[in-house]
Amino acid sequence: MMFIKRIFAALIACCVSLPLFAGWGDVNMTPGVNALSREIFDLHMTIFWICVVIGALVLGFMVYLIVAFRKKEGDKPAQFDDHPVLEMTWTVLFAVILAVMAIPATFTMIRAYDDAEGDINILITGHQWKWQYEYLEDEVSFFSNLATDLDQRNNIAPKSDNYLLEVDEPLVIPTNKRIRFLITANDVIHSWWVPDFAVKQDAIPGFINTAWTQVDEEGIFRGQCTELCGQYHGYMPVVVKAVSPEDYDVWVNEKKEAKIQQALLTEKLWSTEELYEIGEGVYQTNCVACHQVNGEGLPPVFPALAGSDLVLNDKAKQIEILMEGVQGAAMQSYAEQLSEVDIAAVITYTRKAWGNDASGDGEIVIPKEILDYKNNKL
Amino acid sequence: MKAATKTNLKLASLVLGMFCFGFALVPIYDVFCEITGLNGKVSGPTITEYDENFNSREIKILFVTKNNENMAWNFTSEKRILDAETGTAYTVDYTFENPTDYPMVAQAIPSVSPGKGAQYFHKTECFCFEEQLLQPGEKLTMPVRFIIDPDLPSDVPVLTLGYTLFDITESHIKLQASN
Amino acid sequence: MSAVIDSHSDDHHHGPAKGITRWLYTTNHKDIGTLYLWFSFLMLFLGGAMAMVIRAELFEPGSQIVSPEFYNQMLTNHGLIMVFGAVMPAFVGLANWIIPMQIGAPDMALPRMNNLSFWILPVAFGILISTFFMEGGGPNFGWTFYAPLSTTYAPPTVTFFIFAVHIMGASSIMGSINIITTILNMRAPGMTFMKMPLFTWTWLITAYLLIAVMPVLAGAVTMMLMDIHFGTSFFNAAGGGDPVLFQHIFWFFGHPEVYIMILPAFGIVSHIIETFSRKPIFGYTSMVYAIASIAILSFIVWAHHMFTVGMPIAGELFFMYTTMLIAIPTGVKVFNWLSTMFKGSISFETPMLFSIAFVALFTIGGLSGLMLAIAPADFQYHDTYFVVAHFHYVLVPGAIFGIIAGVYYWLPKWTGNMYDEVLGKTHFWMSFISVNITFFPMHFVGLAGMPRRIPDYALQFADFNMVISIGAFIFGLTQLLFLFVILKSIFAGKQATTEVWEGAKGLEWTVASPAPYHTFETPPEVK
Repeated sequence: MMFIKRIFAALIACCVSLPLFAGWGDVNMTPGVNALSREIFDLHMTIFWICVVIGALVLGFMVYLIVAFRKKEGDKPAQFDDHPVLEMTWTVLFAVILAVMAIPATFTMIRAYDDAEGDINILITGHQWKWQYEYLEDEVSFFSNLATDLDQRNNIAPKSDNYLLEVDEPLVIPTNKRIRFLITANDVIHSWWVPDFAVKQDAIPGFINTAWTQVDEEGIFRGQCTELCGQYHGYMPVVVKAVSPEDYDVWVNEKKEAKIQQALLTEKLWSTEELYEIGEGVYQTNCVACHQVNGEGLPPVFPALAGSDLVLNDKAKQIEILMEGVQGAAMQSYAEQLSEVDIAAVITYTRKAWGNDASGDGEIVIPKEILDYKNNKL
Repeated sequence: MKAATKTNLKLASLVLGMFCFGFALVPIYDVFCEITGLNGKVSGPTITEYDENFNSREIKILFVTKNNENMAWNFTSEKRILDAETGTAYTVDYTFENPTDYPMVAQAIPSVSPGKGAQYFHKTECFCFEEQLLQPGEKLTMPVRFIIDPDLPSDVPVLTLGYTLFDITESHIKLQASN
Repeated sequence: MSAVIDSHSDDHHHGPAKGITRWLYTTNHKDIGTLYLWFSFLMLFLGGAMAMVIRAELFEPGSQIVSPEFYNQMLTNHGLIMVFGAVMPAFVGLANWIIPMQIGAPDMALPRMNNLSFWILPVAFGILISTFFMEGGGPNFGWTFYAPLSTTYAPPTVTFFIFAVHIMGASSIMGSINIITTILNMRAPGMTFMKMPLFTWTWLITAYLLIAVMPVLAGAVTMMLMDIHFGTSFFNAAGGGDPVLFQHIFWFFGHPEVYIMILPAFGIVSHIIETFSRKPIFGYTSMVYAIASIAILSFIVWAHHMFTVGMPIAGELFFMYTTMLIAIPTGVKVFNWLSTMFKGSISFETPMLFSIAFVALFTIGGLSGLMLAIAPADFQYHDTYFVVAHFHYVLVPGAIFGIIAGVYYWLPKWTGNMYDEVLGKTHFWMSFISVNITFFPMHFVGLAGMPRRIPDYALQFADFNMVISIGAFIFGLTQLLFLFVILKSIFAGKQATTEVWEGAKGLEWTVASPAPYHTFETPPEVK
């Protein structure tokens, strides 16, 4: 019995000490960075302590029962089997405790469901497996992909501090402005969650959900998709960067400027090397999940690009596939997600990499061709 | 054993009843959505008579157009934001264009948010729930005419009308083949 | 075993057949109960093996042993197999063995259907598991199979999954009809409803729940099937359907399902606490009413699984309040168990240890459930490891400890031999400690922001995940000891007495140990 008691003591010591070593932030909910998240945090702590007290009383009473009423020689156990007054009392007591919890919860709920107008409206679309952000007022739109590379995920390279919580392009919002999120999805159900804002809202194809936030302090806030959305569900983080309203305006103007620059870039003369280099990066971010690093794909679902006849010899068809996607297959249209330069570069890359250069026609694709493709359709 | 048989029959009919109830949840849910505005289902092109002396107020309307996965059409609304007044009729044009080289059938699914505003969003003319066929390269402009009910609760200062365009060419072909 | 020997002298009509045909064609409630229990044990190990794969993958950040796609198949099938293959059949097995003996009936009301309802189960799971070897792999959309991930975006094997769920549902429905008919019509003279043992009571209510919700699940998967193959649009937004509708229908089934998995454990634990406290159960009447009210409430709380889908505020508040109400009958039950122990004369044999652990850990699971019911706080908890911690606390040290307690409690009656008490207690302490090492830290990582169902995670969750994985490995290995204890009891235990336990009450303890192949062919008189 001593042995058992010792194990038991060790267990309790473990349970108590682990959170102490780990630090409060690693074991508890974040209070977040705005009024609503702090209010939800307070509500959480209130109900948490109520539950802890109830739990401690019940478990403490159990320990007392176990110790006090263990079987002894010549015991005569009592034979009572009910006590209506007592039973009524604790039923009422439960109801009172619940009411105490329900009242603040109701008020918090009402505040969370505030449909007031936003200073900025951002449409968030969940895609398998990335987020798209569109600023309705400013006509800025971009995709936000996981930035953690495969080497880190495969334990080849050391993991960065924000492993799996970093993106190539974060959502940028101004501080002290009311931001309204319109949340929807492109394929399956996703869920957009930023713990620091206490915003978690399902993104459902065909429907628009709303949420809002207002951030008081500048900073970078990280979250993840929280609804199982297919194989890379764990790899679509949310990163939000809150900046001062002035910096935000600068950023918006840069984004708009970049859009114009992008159009100009398509007019520029491109070298194969330049395109190959950009294309490799685009490929790593957008294509490796299915077509794999070595271009072998995962047949039969995800076809190989290395040695594929289409990639080797049919430039026009390849452009069409990237622009339109493939009906009834996992291949989607990249026409809106990627710039003309990126699409041209990634096609060039696939036509040059893995020895495709030698076995195919080796022609490259320049951004102008993609732009032409787009324009021809108009 | 007579009593047991009776019990069995009752239970079997309960099973059957609950199976049907599962399916009955579909229309029940639709009715429920229409009443509560759950999921932004709009009540369709109905228009109610207003009191002459209603108080109109300003309201902001956002127009969102989305393509579902693999939908290649260009689908845009004429404007994305409209400062409107309740009780007044507005028209917003939506443009559809099929840039592919094959005919496609699409369906636009509307969604109004917040849900509690959905029932006050009266469309008098719209393209929702109509299948639309476009030939390669064809371009089409269609209007949505609507009035925002002056009874809209005052805590809803902004409404979002979203349309998601789905490619239903395949199921359309399937359906035609079966007919 | 001696049941077999005894019956040799009888007319063969009264004894079991020999060899495999005994099990294939049996209509005997004890044989079928045994089959159910062994099947669920097998499934427990299969689902447990999948859990081990999951925990091995999550042992450290970074990709470990399986691909994200296979990981999703593991977590889906772990859930499906544990719910439909381990917990539910174990309870049906216990019901088959114990209910007729508790109510003084000679057998179940519909013995041939009983045979069928068991034998279609291995078929269902055979189909489910065979999908792993098909193109596209097994189901990978979570045990909740939300549309459109499970329809438009599902692997082609989803059709087999739907078929398997249909068969499991049919099995459960047949089993439930059988149990209700038995309880309603075959009780010994004098056994009124309010004299019925609590395990029988909980099962009567559970069976009604099953009959009410299994057909709804069947409807949901039928709609999925039609969406996938016949071009309907129940859940497909493109055709005017609604993916959220799927969640409503699923959880209309799913929430009562959760109580289906815990109510019979309530019954088992009530018997055990009563026996080892040597005191009658406290508040029998309020126990019955509490179970009934939990069952009724379970039909109006389902959308608390969907607080983040964008329901109107009225809906959120309604489901928050109804969910909180469930705490009342559940609290009543916990207090009744404690009051039963109060002023008793408690001894701590293995079944009692598991039952006490059940009450303590189920209370923790219940309290975290209460926290999850608070809708605005649930915005932060939803779909994180906090939820995983919560439902594992009610299902592992809840439902599974309840089943294990029941097995230890009734094992001597089944085999005629006592189990090894030292091994039993070792099994308990190992399970109790490792179950807490496994599931308690999940609360922490969940609150700190780790979403569920992810194959890889950010670095701040690493330490706790390693602890969780180690706990899970210990817990998994410990269950092999359970298997050994049972085998030892069958083949080498010392002879058990008729009463088995000092304070045991109820008709099942009046028949010999092991229970003869046929019991109560003339109904006993209950006073």
